[in-house]
Amino acid sequence: MQIEQLEILDFLRAHPPFDELPDEVLQRVAAAIDVRYYKAGEAIVEFGQVAESWHVVRSGAVEVFRRNGTLYNRLTAGGYFGEFGLLRNGRVRFPVTALEDTLLYLIPRELFAELFDQHERFADLVEVEDRTRLRQVVSKREESNDLLSATIDTLVGRSAVTLSSTASAREVAQRMSEEGVSSLLILEHNPEVPDLPQLAGIVTDRDLRTRLVAPGLPYDTPVTEIMSAGVVSVNHNQLVFEAMLAMLRHNVHHLPVLRNQRPLGVIALSDIIRYESRSSLFLVGSIFRQHSVDELAALVPEVRACFARMVAEDASANMIGSAMAAIGRSFKQRLLELAEAELGAPPVPYCFLALGSMARQEQMIVTDQDNALVLDDRFDPVQHDAYFRALAAFVSDGLARCGYSYCSGGVMASNERWRQPLKVWERTFTDWIERPTPESLLNAGIFFDLDGVWGRLEWATRLRELIARKAKGNSRFLACMARNALQRTPPLGFFKDFVVESDGRHSRVINIKRRGTAPLADLTRVHALAIGSMALNSFERLKDVIDAAILPLGRGQDLYDALEFIAMVRARHQAESLAAGEEPDNSIDPEKLSEFERKSLRDAFLILGNAQKFLKYRYQPGRAN
Amino acid sequence: MLHLGDLRKDAPAAPARSGEPRARAVRDWPARFTELAAAARDRRLHRFYAAGTVAGETPLKNVQMVALDVETTGLDPVRDEIVSIGVVPMDLTCIRSSASRYWVVRPRAELHPESVTIHAITHAQIASAPDLGAIVDELLPALAGRVVVVHCGDIERSFLAAALKARIGEGIEFPVIDTMELEARLHRAPATGAWLANLRARLFGRKHDQVSIRLADSRERYRLPRYRAHHALTDALATAELLQAQVAQRFAPDTPLRALWQ
Repeated sequence: MQIEQLEILDFLRAHPPFDELPDEVLQRVAAAIDVRYYKAGEAIVEFGQVAESWHVVRSGAVEVFRRNGTLYNRLTAGGYFGEFGLLRNGRVRFPVTALEDTLLYLIPRELFAELFDQHERFADLVEVEDRTRLRQVVSKREESNDLLSATIDTLVGRSAVTLSSTASAREVAQRMSEEGVSSLLILEHNPEVPDLPQLAGIVTDRDLRTRLVAPGLPYDTPVTEIMSAGVVSVNHNQLVFEAMLAMLRHNVHHLPVLRNQRPLGVIALSDIIRYESRSSLFLVGSIFRQHSVDELAALVPEVRACFARMVAEDASANMIGSAMAAIGRSFKQRLLELAEAELGAPPVPYCFLALGSMARQEQMIVTDQDNALVLDDRFDPVQHDAYFRALAAFVSDGLARCGYSYCSGGVMASNERWRQPLKVWERTFTDWIERPTPESLLNAGIFFDLDGVWGRLEWATRLRELIARKAKGNSRFLACMARNALQRTPPLGFFKDFVVESDGRHSRVINIKRRGTAPLADLTRVHALAIGSMALNSFERLKDVIDAAILPLGRGQDLYDALEFIAMVRARHQAESLAAGEEPDNSIDPEKLSEFERKSLRDAFLILGNAQKFLKYRYQPGRAN
Repeated sequence: MLHLGDLRKDAPAAPARSGEPRARAVRDWPARFTELAAAARDRRLHRFYAAGTVAGETPLKNVQMVALDVETTGLDPVRDEIVSIGVVPMDLTCIRSSASRYWVVRPRAELHPESVTIHAITHAQIASAPDLGAIVDELLPALAGRVVVVHCGDIERSFLAAALKARIGEGIEFPVIDTMELEARLHRAPATGAWLANLRARLFGRKHDQVSIRLADSRERYRLPRYRAHHALTDALATAELLQAQVAQRFAPDTPLRALWQ
């Protein structure tokens, strides 16, 4: 044995997973390696032959095939293969051929087994199951982010200050002064459950100013008249990130925290700001203070800066998507307020819907506006449509000016077809679900992601309930949705500076949305519909899907990780474009991806590809789901 | 392999080519080894020859080989001496780097400062190294029974022969496959062409059209990675890889050894 194989040692030191090994181990590995040259086109290992060594590509390139002859991967210098056979039955599982003239390092199977057993990080990286690797990548990022790892109770400084709903405004003010707090929770005693008072509302300093003093009400006004009822609350064991989202979505600055349904305390905007400097929460606040479309449009640079900051601060794609959706939602709400101010009160009630990625809370910086209007059943086109046409145009044009480009597919409330009374919407969804064809559902996918933004939000809920009820277990409908969800497929991976397609062709760039996040969202939607989940967000949907146990064990988590990773690459790409002063898009040049990103992306693509196969198999027409 | 200065770089062909057409005049090496074994007085040398060598008809796929490289204090086998030796056993299917050997030895001749800068073996390392005579016991068995593979064959043969002669009173001979000579077959014209090239070189100073057959440049043509030069073991490994590439591209596993060795 020699320790002088300098070239081999240097190569190992520079390449993962070897760079995870201590130097004395690396020296042993370098000394144990044998070498072989293969001419382009030569078979290196064949299916079923005894696996004697683990192979590392020193130079050149190889192609790894599945047993059925389809391409599985292409590897260049630093790539490795053969671990599957070595760790399983000792036979070659994936045949490999030299694509170029190739020099290979051969590591004896005993040594490979020893490295795998004794060096955890090495084993993690080499692990046969690509999905395990991705789990580690994603969980490592989550752990490093306080917003994603800390729970809300860590923010609760003091126990909740409460008063009964029978108190007067003056008693509330006195109590708040005594305790030195800026908000106070109002509890209502339920005679049926005397031990468990219900949270009835919250009063803040501001409420005393705007609802009591300003209108000149007497001090003995019952607190129930000046408090905010229907309070948004969070549970003590939720993540800080979820508290932030609740504040964003409802534009509130105080959140009661409950434990076992009892108030534990209150967290304020300032508690969260400590976690997220110059928060997206401020941006939402400022959206509601703008008085014209021009002023709103002037916020676009701030939206982009907020996005870039979240990426730079290592927020997860889930967080970024939710925060950007909350910002988009606020734009819509403010535009509708401005529209109503200009056009007057609506002739009949309505509900403004967000569709697609905004409804799913998965927005990035480059995004279409997808929206629709649900109108009261008394809607009469002759009398009322002029108003709603103008309202929709106001919002749609306003959104376009605020960076949400017009939907190329025309899915906007400004399109007459998507401006319908509730009963028509109910009929449309019923038709889609009960009389499905792949054609009728081809572009209908985004309608199944719908969220009420403004007006009669309960109508949106009603439509979602109808969808959940009718779609659950409806095999014909699910088969059509599944078929459409398979239209966009991921690539195989990367080779040098190209994207490799499943048939071996190369492309220069990859549209990360079309080939990654969109098919993942499509696939997740089908599973969510199959189990009657009411969730909108793909991550939430996956949690429901995992709980429903309709996927093979572990696969739901894989999809979660794949979505998080692909979406993060997309977010980073867009943030980099912003930083470079370029117009962000979804088109990624593999040249700009690190080796690590390529490897992890390939893992994620494999997970997506396998999940698509499973989807096809599971949702066959006529199969009971 | 030590490549010192312009002497080697500008040589239009392998220095050994002066004795044309030696490369094609393959002798009967098994018979020669039998003779040499009988004549050898040194026990170790006798054992080396007695291990024999394969016949020229043997297909390459059945030939056990060993890549060899030496670093020296200079270029003159009479005055200069070996400072390090690397050997890597191999055949057509595997370069057994894991069974390679490497020795640093103390030359009796002086270590020139300029050669130190090339192979990076310092006076201090050499001061604690054994004399080559002390490693003959290990070196000869590592070569025995195998066809030696070198890049620029006569350096290794002449230096080893001189070193043994000085220590045990007998030289050594053995057949080699010379990867540089295999490159020369492609990139060096026969005698007339060489004359023309030399004439042109004399007229224009530089040989623009001369393809380099140095180890690193030859490897590049087979798209083998670039290694640092002038470490005996790395150069031996580099030579072994080059031979596998040459055989894969230009010969066949069934090609008789005779077509390659000298």
